[in-house]
Amino acid sequence: MKVSAIITLKKDVLDPQGKVIHQTLDGMGFKDVNEVRQGKYFEIDVKENDPKKAQKIVEDMCDKLLANLVIENYKIIEIQ
Amino acid sequence: MKSAVITFPGSNCDRDMHVALNKFGFKNQMVWHNDNELPKSDLVVLPGGFSYGDYLRCGSMASKSKIMQSVIKFAKSGGLVMGICNGFQILVESGLVPGVLLRNKYLEFICKNVFVKIDNKDNPYFKNLDKEVFEFHIAHNEGNYFCTNDQLKEIEDNNQVAIYYCNDNGKTEEKFNPNGSLKNIAGIFNKKKNVLGMMPHPERMIDKSLSGEDGSLFFKNLINNIK
Repeated sequence: MKVSAIITLKKDVLDPQGKVIHQTLDGMGFKDVNEVRQGKYFEIDVKENDPKKAQKIVEDMCDKLLANLVIENYKIIEIQ
Repeated sequence: MKSAVITFPGSNCDRDMHVALNKFGFKNQMVWHNDNELPKSDLVVLPGGFSYGDYLRCGSMASKSKIMQSVIKFAKSGGLVMGICNGFQILVESGLVPGVLLRNKYLEFICKNVFVKIDNKDNPYFKNLDKEVFEFHIAHNEGNYFCTNDQLKEIEDNNQVAIYYCNDNGKTEEKFNPNGSLKNIAGIFNKKKNVLGMMPHPERMIDKSLSGEDGSLFFKNLINNIK
C-alpha cells in the first residue's frame, strides 16, 4: 500500500522559512496571505496490503524517525 | 585517559577533535559509525559536521546508527559523552539531552567567533575552570535551540543550561544571541550532567598562532577533571 504522511511544525514553533516565503509572496503581489507554514510530505510504499496495518507501520516510522515530536506533528493523509 | 571520537558519514570536525584530544593528553581512538562496540573510554565525543548530509533533520539519521546504541548505553551508565555542533544535534535527536535545534532565526549559516558564558561548574566538564567568559568558534545553520515551556522549566530547575551566548563582558542579552536560541542557550546538559551538547567548537581554539587558546583551557581542565 502507498501511505502518504505530512509533517508540519507545531503552532508555537517559529518557522523562519515559512516567513520568508510569505514575504516573497507578498512582494510578488499575493496580498491575501495571513501566514505560510512549511512542512514535509512523505509517500511510503509498504509491503502490507491491509490499510489499517499499513497506516500503523507508517505511524510508527513517524514516531521514531520521520517526525521530531518536540516540534512537529504528523498526519496520515492518504492510504491507497 | 582514553577517549573515542565517532566518525559518521559527513562528519568533518572528527580529525580536529582527535588532534585536540591527543594534544592535551588523551589517548584518542577514532570509531566508525557502523561499529557495534565502543572501545573502553573515559570520554566519547560526537564531532561536528554534516552527518548524512543533514537529510531529514540534522543529526536524525546519525542518532539511529549502530554505534549510537552503545553510546546511549554508555551515557545511561554515567559515561561522559560530549557532542559538539552536529554532535549536539545528534544528542538531541537521540534524546540524550532535551530540546531540539532549529534553523537559525535569520536563515544564515553563521561562521564566526562568539563569546560564551560558562558559569555552571558543578559538573565534570567545567569544574575548576577559573574564568567564565570564553571565546569559541561557531559554524552552523541549525543552532537555534528550542524546547517546550515544560522542558525549559525542568532544564532550569535542574540547572542543565551549560553555556550561554554573551558579549565579552559575559552579558547574556538577546542582542548577543547569534541564532535565535531560546534564552541565549548555546549548550545543555542531561539531568546527571555526564552528557554535554554544545554548538561552539572548543577544538578550533587550541593554537595560539591560529586562533585563541580558550579551547586549550577547556581541554586541559577537562582531562584534569577526569583523571
